[in-house]
Amino acid sequence: MQFDFDPALPIYQQIIDAFRRAIARGALAPGDRIMSQRELAQVARVSPNTAKRAYREMEQMGLTETIRGQGSIVRRDPTLVQTLREEMARGAIQQFIGEMRSLGFSGEEAIEMARKSLEEERT
Amino acid sequence: MVDESRLEYEGGHEVKDAIISFRNVTKRFPGADALTDVTVDVPKGQVIGLLGPNGSGKSTFLKLIAGLHRPTQGQVLVGGRVPDRETKSYVAYMPEVDHIYPWMTVGRAMQFIGSFYKDWDAERAERLIDFFELPRRNRVGKLSKGMRAKLRLTAVLARASSIILLDEPLSGIDPPSRIRIVDALLSEFDSGEQTIILSTHEVMETESLFDRLIFLVNGQIRLEGDVEELRRRYGTSVQGLFKEVLA
Repeated sequence: MQFDFDPALPIYQQIIDAFRRAIARGALAPGDRIMSQRELAQVARVSPNTAKRAYREMEQMGLTETIRGQGSIVRRDPTLVQTLREEMARGAIQQFIGEMRSLGFSGEEAIEMARKSLEEERT
Repeated sequence: MVDESRLEYEGGHEVKDAIISFRNVTKRFPGADALTDVTVDVPKGQVIGLLGPNGSGKSTFLKLIAGLHRPTQGQVLVGGRVPDRETKSYVAYMPEVDHIYPWMTVGRAMQFIGSFYKDWDAERAERLIDFFELPRRNRVGKLSKGMRAKLRLTAVLARASSIILLDEPLSGIDPPSRIRIVDALLSEFDSGEQTIILSTHEVMETESLFDRLIFLVNGQIRLEGDVEELRRRYGTSVQGLFKEVLA
């Protein structure tokens, strides 16, 4: 996993986002073991407390679970990947719509422009 | 660009598990006040960045914890006690200046320093010497500035101290060495047991090392708090905050 943080935003949040993306993309599957907090702190070059905070939150969010003696794994929930993909897609779309609105385009116009872009890409 | 008045500091909120407490601490030296009415708690088990320009009182702040200075007014408590022999046994302090005999070899200097401390971990010292690629047979006085800084840091981190005070460990050192030092701190720091306070005016390489920040300007706390909360609240990096604090 690659970590490239924006230092203007909470780091632990960006660690969680990196894991969410890895799971949504399929790079991590439900049941896969994830690195230990200490490994993460070293790989991502963050304070062990930041790593701890990210892991605690991921468990609370239902992204991961702790297996005794084995550390953390991606939660063994077959619907997890689909749920995450949908959630993240919704976020991306909302961001797109928000940006287009702030530029003064209506929803219909935004969709029309997106469709045109896709067609241009194909040709 | 940014209005500096947005930085809110109400001053002196107490934290849970405070291992170090300053209560209305003023430290006066002949001709100058180094610290003025400082009230702050430092929680156990975190890496704290003590940030501020030169002459802002950072060294005085650390020396008060180390028991090398006494407050003129107010109270400093370490583990609930006024700093004394007992607190000194678990507080490791790295001064800004070179304090290791230049005529000793690196290996000899480590043995010599280690002999003073009950909590010296020789294995950890060896590990750090390897990590920093310090030449064991070279004389301390012949090392580069960056190497000497790494050696001083080794001398402090090799103790299993519960409080580690580092005064400007990154000052005047080349960026690759600074990164190496930060990596050593990240890998050796025991978050359950240790508390590190690191003073610096160079925040480039320390962006993601700190859990908490204390900004000192002219002997007073200008801003203080959990670093992730500060990022969230102000939408800027440690470096960005530093610029604003100095504005």
